[in-house]
Amino acid sequence: MPKRTDINKILLIGAGPIIISQACEFDYSGTQACKALKEEGFEVVLVNSNPATIMTDPEMADRTYIEPVTPEAVAMIIEKERPDALLPTLGGQTGLNTAVEVAKMGVLEKFGVEMIGASLDAIEKAEDRDLFRKAMDRIGLKIPESGIANTMDEAWEIVEQIGYPIIVRPAFTLGGTGGGVAYNSDDLEKMAKAGLDASLITQVMLEQSVLGWKEYELEVMRDHNDNVVIICSIENMDPMGIHTGDSITVAPIQTLSDKEYQVMRDASIAIMREIGVDTGGSNVQFAVDPANGDMIVVEMNPRVSRSSALASKATGFPIAKIAAKLAVGYTLDEIPNDITGETLASFEPTLDYCVVKIPRWTFEKFPETEDYLTTSMKSVGEMMSIGRTFKEAFQKGIRSLEISRHGFGADGQDLIDLEERKPKKSEIEGKLSTPNSRRIFYLRYALENDFSIDTIYELTGIDPWFLYQLRQIFEMEQDIKKNGKNMDDDFLRRVKSFGFSDKQIAYLTKTNEASVKKRRNAAGIRPVYKLVDTCAAEFRAATPYYYSTYETENEARVSKDKKVIILGGGPNRIGQGIEFDYCCVHASFALREEGVESIMVNSNPETVSTDYDTSDKLYFEPLTEEDVLHIVETEQPKGIIVQFGGQTPLNLSVPLHKADAPILGTQPESIDRAEDRELFQAMLKKLDLVQPANGTAMDVEGAAAVAEEIGYPVIVRPSYVLGGRAMKIVYNREDLEAFTRLAIIASPGHPVLIDKFLEDAIELDVDAISDGKTTIIGGIMEHIEEAGVHSGDSACVLPPFSVNRKLLDEVTAATKAMAAELNVIGLMNVQYAIKDDKVYIIEVNPRASRTIPFVSKATGVPLAKLATKVMLGRTLKDLGLTSEVIPPHISVKEAVLPFDRFPDVDTLLGPEMKSTGEVMGIDSDFGAAFAKAQLGAKQNLPTEGTIFISVRKNDYDAALPVAKTFSDIGFKIMSTRGTANFFKENGIETSIINKVSRGRPHVVDAITNGEVQLVINTGTGDETKRDGYLIRRAALKFSIPYTTTLSAALAVCRGIVSLKSNKLSVKPIQEYHS
Amino acid sequence: MKAMLALEDGRTFPCRSFTGPGETWGEVVFNTSMTGYQEILTDPSYRGQMVTMTYPLIGNYGVNPEDVESDRIQVSAFIIREYQDFPSNFRSTSTLADYLKKQGVLGIEALDTRALTRHIRNTGAMRGYISTEDLDPSSLVKRTLETPAMTGQDLVGSVTTEMLYRWIDGKPVKFDQDKTPLGSNIWKQKKKHSVVAMDFGIKYNILRYLESKDCEVVVVPASTSADTIKSMAPDGIFLSNGPGDPEPVTYAVDTIRALIGFRPMFGICLGNQLLGLALGGKTFKLKFGHRGGNQPVQNLATGCVEITAQNHGFAIDTDSMKGINIEVTHINLNDNTFEGFRHLEHPAFAVQYHPEASPGPHDASYLFDAFKKMMKG
Repeated sequence: MPKRTDINKILLIGAGPIIISQACEFDYSGTQACKALKEEGFEVVLVNSNPATIMTDPEMADRTYIEPVTPEAVAMIIEKERPDALLPTLGGQTGLNTAVEVAKMGVLEKFGVEMIGASLDAIEKAEDRDLFRKAMDRIGLKIPESGIANTMDEAWEIVEQIGYPIIVRPAFTLGGTGGGVAYNSDDLEKMAKAGLDASLITQVMLEQSVLGWKEYELEVMRDHNDNVVIICSIENMDPMGIHTGDSITVAPIQTLSDKEYQVMRDASIAIMREIGVDTGGSNVQFAVDPANGDMIVVEMNPRVSRSSALASKATGFPIAKIAAKLAVGYTLDEIPNDITGETLASFEPTLDYCVVKIPRWTFEKFPETEDYLTTSMKSVGEMMSIGRTFKEAFQKGIRSLEISRHGFGADGQDLIDLEERKPKKSEIEGKLSTPNSRRIFYLRYALENDFSIDTIYELTGIDPWFLYQLRQIFEMEQDIKKNGKNMDDDFLRRVKSFGFSDKQIAYLTKTNEASVKKRRNAAGIRPVYKLVDTCAAEFRAATPYYYSTYETENEARVSKDKKVIILGGGPNRIGQGIEFDYCCVHASFALREEGVESIMVNSNPETVSTDYDTSDKLYFEPLTEEDVLHIVETEQPKGIIVQFGGQTPLNLSVPLHKADAPILGTQPESIDRAEDRELFQAMLKKLDLVQPANGTAMDVEGAAAVAEEIGYPVIVRPSYVLGGRAMKIVYNREDLEAFTRLAIIASPGHPVLIDKFLEDAIELDVDAISDGKTTIIGGIMEHIEEAGVHSGDSACVLPPFSVNRKLLDEVTAATKAMAAELNVIGLMNVQYAIKDDKVYIIEVNPRASRTIPFVSKATGVPLAKLATKVMLGRTLKDLGLTSEVIPPHISVKEAVLPFDRFPDVDTLLGPEMKSTGEVMGIDSDFGAAFAKAQLGAKQNLPTEGTIFISVRKNDYDAALPVAKTFSDIGFKIMSTRGTANFFKENGIETSIINKVSRGRPHVVDAITNGEVQLVINTGTGDETKRDGYLIRRAALKFSIPYTTTLSAALAVCRGIVSLKSNKLSVKPIQEYHS
Repeated sequence: MKAMLALEDGRTFPCRSFTGPGETWGEVVFNTSMTGYQEILTDPSYRGQMVTMTYPLIGNYGVNPEDVESDRIQVSAFIIREYQDFPSNFRSTSTLADYLKKQGVLGIEALDTRALTRHIRNTGAMRGYISTEDLDPSSLVKRTLETPAMTGQDLVGSVTTEMLYRWIDGKPVKFDQDKTPLGSNIWKQKKKHSVVAMDFGIKYNILRYLESKDCEVVVVPASTSADTIKSMAPDGIFLSNGPGDPEPVTYAVDTIRALIGFRPMFGICLGNQLLGLALGGKTFKLKFGHRGGNQPVQNLATGCVEITAQNHGFAIDTDSMKGINIEVTHINLNDNTFEGFRHLEHPAFAVQYHPEASPGPHDASYLFDAFKKMMKG
């Protein structure tokens, strides 16, 4: 069956902002789908609120709506665009849920839109636990004993039947939000309630616990002709009980014989058919009893998933692209396999390497939350590594995580090195039996303490096969120690093939990394590069997708062309995510446009940058000095781009520079000049620019002295980190000491920075581009939240709305002066604070910032692309950028925060970044743009009802106009006593409600009872801390929109005014820029 | 211990033996299945070959008494990237190394198996020699050249059963020929169908499949005459898989020719090639063969694609079958080679690939039902 000709226009729904469980992988899948459909001549309409995606670039789709991914907005787009078909399976759970709701609203029927890829029936059969259970019964597959509860009473009945421990799984949620393992009735009370709340259909499944069973996943594809193929098999190293997104996983499956694997394969195929996924990819998860091989089906996702992205990168098979083609009528045997060029997509990839995925957690950002892994996903990113053995892939994987570890252990970062202690046996046992983000390292401590494999298996449920592998790594460590510096070449080669980094070898042989490298080079022990080719070398591969290993034959096809290496950003984390991948991808596109060979290096399997056809060559490798230098030595590039991938490549710029690797654009000296406090101050002085009073310190005493001198409050932070890690505003000496200690740990060896904190200042974020002679402002953004809230967590507006032109001119001039002084070639970001009409420089970063994609979407200027060309020697004039583009429309960026994943964490914003993603609202006026951004961030702004306002005394005056406006447009105001009295004195009718500490009924009761539609609550973290905290958590729990700053409250107010006065409209980005 | 693999074209690979000392030779081929090493080791079609697994980690799930395709290991040697000496699987009863050692088969590891695979892909399957004693590359290459080539050898004779046997409850059962003279009265099991399986190196899983489809099976040596088989009056005749070049197996080709049209006939792999030769077709040696569990085969009747298990170095020449009263039913989508046919007049069909899988996917198991249906009527 060839391509369908009865449809022309296809609507694609994106996944919206990056959140835990929905990250770059859906930009990757959406981008692939856009490209595939356009390639086939379809008109593609796209909706996605996330400006940091490649898919929302104006060239990717024909009509791109950067609008909230909500059923209402999608319905409006359908009405306007009248697409023939809707493809719902490539935008994650958000895309799928939104499509289902749109279908249920009757919109598809009304406008004659066909759902392609997966039917509504199929989606419901897979997603609704009860329907799924019945479906599995029909094909004779077992699923865990379970019951469906729509109320707590039903939950109690079910647990009576099944017993504890019992797994709580809410229906229709992301990444198992609200799910967990209940060991007793207290747990169940909590979890089932949370699950019912989190579920879109108020339903949870309570399920027999198969904790400790082995967990597997198959990625399956099916076409119209009923051809089904398995793309990839994955084995979770962590057993059942830990969300697969939080599990270390390995491809292919390691511990099943062919007989057992084929049973699983047959089951997956039967499930595809029974659920009725007509075309496209799905993911099926299984649990297997290690004692007897009993197999049960855990779940199936009738859409492209995070695992599909991993499977695509692990095998080279582009699942999303093929899924899109199948959805429009092709069959697998009609689609070529791009990697080989000579075979077809109707086959099953086979691997001749081992792939390891390790999640990246950020518990350090949420100290109030216990570092504990369960069935609700907590990780914010992941990395993938490839090796010819598990041991090699695993150790490469750990160093790809960028958590200052250089392998399984013995890298100078073990407890003995950092804390001068060996963990006690009981501590190890505890860390092994309770899954957590550090468990991998405790596995090594267990081996060090002579725990037997059996004991470790009992404590962790990790299959002994993996434990043996880890033991082999550990034993090799001992051998290295024994052999010392005198190891022979054969042994050293074997050590490297176990994935040991030079850093580990140096540590174990008491020498330094440089001498290990020298020793290796002398013996000719260098990595070779092998291809990921989908076919284990059975056919010649056309696509150069490489990984390193220590073997004999090097397959890297090194060209003589002019080429540039782009260093990516590694795994997503808070502070460094998709925005940087966006920039790297643009660099690659720009290189292609300039006829320069592009070489991407990255370790993040979710991303567009690691798609095999984004760059001319792809090296899937850890972003460490050793691994990157090996690639540089192999490829001998003309230049390396380090300013796009965030802090990861920037941190490599100095070592690369020292190794004579050519850095393109702004030079490492300039980067250092911006990062180094004293050099920076000298520069500001020279340029006659001002920064808040500040100082640096290497220890706690030094920090205290600085703070006394400049006066509290001060901001304390480490240098050379991103995302405000360990950054805090402190008001007294006690807090200062505590935080200085943390800052020292966060960036060891670098000074701690202490700045005077400017209270109530307006913050501006400026992105600029320079070709070395001319600097042009890319965009000036005004933060909605006042200075002190991390720029990544603050909403912002472009162009600024409350700063006068004179000040903006001053900011522009300062930016240009600094760009010239720092010899910036490429991008630069500056943060300013404005207080009492005075401009202060907060921070300068001579690299791409998190806001580059937002600014590019807002202004229509592809800054990252232009910056790449500038780095290649083009001038801005050449490229047609001669002046700042100030758009006539308003763009608002809002941050999306992961607080719902972290129980017990306060939702107050501060200088440490906590958001995982962002959305953009764009419209002709501020109110509408802001309202769209809020809707995109799932803050459902009310248009009527009651607003709860409770602010600290200092904020009374500022709160007054907010309360007045709300009151004027018909909202009721509810406040706690102090605030209420103040409002009443000022003529605003206000009802009084108790603070929590005052007794019931109190404000949390009111929120719980649905009596409050918006919460405005500011707090300092002092005496009313507990009250404010409870209010904010309650708002979060019941999805009541809330703001924790008055500046944001004012913006919300304007948004609501806009919502009330006229209905929101939608408009494609192509029209904004035409 | 240190070992060396030499190829006839002079390329050598230093490596390690994980099964102790030894020397062996054979044709070096590669298999791209990621699982199923025990089935591969015991598949008689690998007789005379040293098999390289492209998946680097082998031994992971150990070995067990069930996953065997014959009564012994058939490969001359096993070549892998990294041997796993700590198996983990609830069915495992022994390590792979012990299994190989017990049967005196050499296993080597720690060589760049991807380089070896690429070499074979580029230059074709070729003879090789492995030794733990002679580590001198040039001497070993010289010895490789002294070994016989695969083409023109009748390897069937070395793997076919000497005696007839029955297949009962998943096991071979010795046939007491003295007490039960061959004839139509040998069928005892009151099953729906009786099948004579000609053993050119038959895989047990074919027999398991036939039994599960309610067939009583008697396995006969490759040299059994057509008259003998006719005297047994089976409902169907099965032509098995087997090793090597089909052309020298002329006696079997003659027998098959005499049996075409006598009873429904189903051939797999070598059985397919022999049936093709019996009908007047020709076979040729593929450059490096098809060995793995991911080969896409299109069923030309339905247009559907089956993912199949394959293991063959020779194939039927599609052009040579033109003008013969057959219909091509299956083709390989990777290289468009001949994968199956049926006779348009007589009840006979065959496929080049392995519907019995083991190892590999079960997509084509419907062919056993097709055979059954053919026997019915």
